[in-house]
Amino acid sequence: MSQAYKNDFLKEVEANVEDGHMVKMCMQCGVCAGSCPLGPHWEHSPQKIFMMIRAGKREEVLKSDSMWMCTSCYNCIVRCPRKLPITHIMHGLANYSHRLGLAPDKQPTREIAKLFWNNIVKTGRVNELTFSLAMYFKDGFGQGVKNAMAMQGIGLGLVKAKRLNPMEILGGHSCKDKSGIQKMVAKAREIEDRRRGLAK
Amino acid sequence: MTASIATSQTILVVGGGISGMTAAVEAAECGKQVILAEKTATLGGRTAQLYRYFPKMCHPTCGMEINLKRIKGNRNVKVMTMTEVVAVSGTSGDYSVTLKVSPRYVTDDCTACGKCGDAVSSEVPDAYNYNLGKVKAAHLPHAMAYPQRYVVDASIVGTPEGEAAKAACPVGAVDLAMTEQTIEIKVGAVIWATGWRPYDAAKIQPYGYGRFKNVITSVEFERLADPHGPTGGKILRPGDGKEAKNIAFIQCAGSRDENHLRHCSRICCMASLKQTQYVREAYGEEGKSTLYYIDIRAIDRFEDFYAMVWNDPTVSFVKSKVARIAENEGNGNPILHGVNTEGYKRYAIEHDLVVLAVGMEPEVTGVKLPDDIIQDSSGFIEGSKDGGMFGAGAASSPLDVNRAVQSATAASLRAIQVIHKTASTEAS
Repeated sequence: MSQAYKNDFLKEVEANVEDGHMVKMCMQCGVCAGSCPLGPHWEHSPQKIFMMIRAGKREEVLKSDSMWMCTSCYNCIVRCPRKLPITHIMHGLANYSHRLGLAPDKQPTREIAKLFWNNIVKTGRVNELTFSLAMYFKDGFGQGVKNAMAMQGIGLGLVKAKRLNPMEILGGHSCKDKSGIQKMVAKAREIEDRRRGLAK
Repeated sequence: MTASIATSQTILVVGGGISGMTAAVEAAECGKQVILAEKTATLGGRTAQLYRYFPKMCHPTCGMEINLKRIKGNRNVKVMTMTEVVAVSGTSGDYSVTLKVSPRYVTDDCTACGKCGDAVSSEVPDAYNYNLGKVKAAHLPHAMAYPQRYVVDASIVGTPEGEAAKAACPVGAVDLAMTEQTIEIKVGAVIWATGWRPYDAAKIQPYGYGRFKNVITSVEFERLADPHGPTGGKILRPGDGKEAKNIAFIQCAGSRDENHLRHCSRICCMASLKQTQYVREAYGEEGKSTLYYIDIRAIDRFEDFYAMVWNDPTVSFVKSKVARIAENEGNGNPILHGVNTEGYKRYAIEHDLVVLAVGMEPEVTGVKLPDDIIQDSSGFIEGSKDGGMFGAGAASSPLDVNRAVQSATAASLRAIQVIHKTASTEAS
């Protein structure tokens, strides 16, 4: 794929990652890292990720789980003296590493994001019931039953309050033009892949 | 009176700090007529509020005194204190300027004996000490003030206190009937030496200036170290008056920041390096200074000074812009949180006192200047479209005293050229 860019990871990021062109603006002051509420739990702080990108550490960056830890609190964006859209870059990196298949496999944020995406593109609407069940059963049938039992009370409460429709299990509601949505998503992906050089 | 001496061959210098004084005296010594208008009651500006200069660590008193002596001895300079420019009209070589002169309530007869100060008891914030202390409502702005004349604060005029000050004056110099005056003058060129002001540190929310008593600014620290300051030169922290021996200096507090000042204020690195030596001077090996920085910009020829401080065992350097400050509620110590760029290590370090190396903002920020004035993206004055007005010193760029003086001399020369051009046009 991006052989031509292999020696220049920064250029690859600029071309493929949302707001990647801003990575070069980082002056390594460290305010983002110090302001991040999840800071102590990251392997690499944003500031370090930016430095690693510029140092060409492709594998380490794309396989890192750090950008998946971002909760979009926007503290870093607000405080960054250079106005780097750090949150957006983190999500851009996460998306790119996911599309390349390099993102850490069992990373919980990645798993829920995948489940959500696969759920919504089917009908153009989120099916909350199947989405929740998919979450419960992601680690196997036995664990799924345990999870479902543990959440039973909340589930029944939601049903009673008419916030959850048990009939959704049969496929659920959808938008008017289901196949139109699917075609649109497929086209968007095709354009994105072509732009990123990921097209088959 | 003033109007009669001002002609289109006069140069108006706005601002009586080190730059304005320099610009005025350089032009005057070339034989030009100069009016030096200063907003406050004394010349000297922010330079007079410094404890020491870098890199030689000498006192501003010295350089200021030389300039004052030159001004006093030169009949071409007319110094007007408590005077502000209200409006400028006309064009290069032919400006009409409206000046507003505020009442000092003290006449030229004042001998600075201090009896009026003794007679009053009410106090006002001490602007000379960045309002860290208070001063009598009848006072001399500071020891080096020029003119050496007292000021009666407007707040006591019309009160028994004001009358007491008047009665105490042995030479009858207190004149409580003084009013604000507006004067129109003609000048050929204008030098804007309006200087700078420290960026409002309270706007840098995560640092807690204004919320935490032991977080102060670099200009306030100058006053703490100065024997003429509110603590008599002892480095005592404002929270509890305790000796501050473990001091953090935070660089780029407001500068190089798109959310605050876009520009590098250029002087703050050297100012903090200098201030670490105040700590050493006060406490010797017991004093500890820590600089938190993005990168040290010891501009121009100051690398030696930086190297000297770097090798000082009482000073340590942390390559990190502090993310936020919290307060230890038990002892009032500020706790600095951040991540060190060298090794990406997270820290939470407690200090006795934090000094924010605040950036330089043009003093004219928020002030409506004549339409003709050209300012850069940070508001520093570049000049005027018609070529008859100039920025000088820290009004034109963030400069230290040395470079401000050079800039002022350059502006003075440009103004002289405008005057020469006008003079030759008038002669032909």
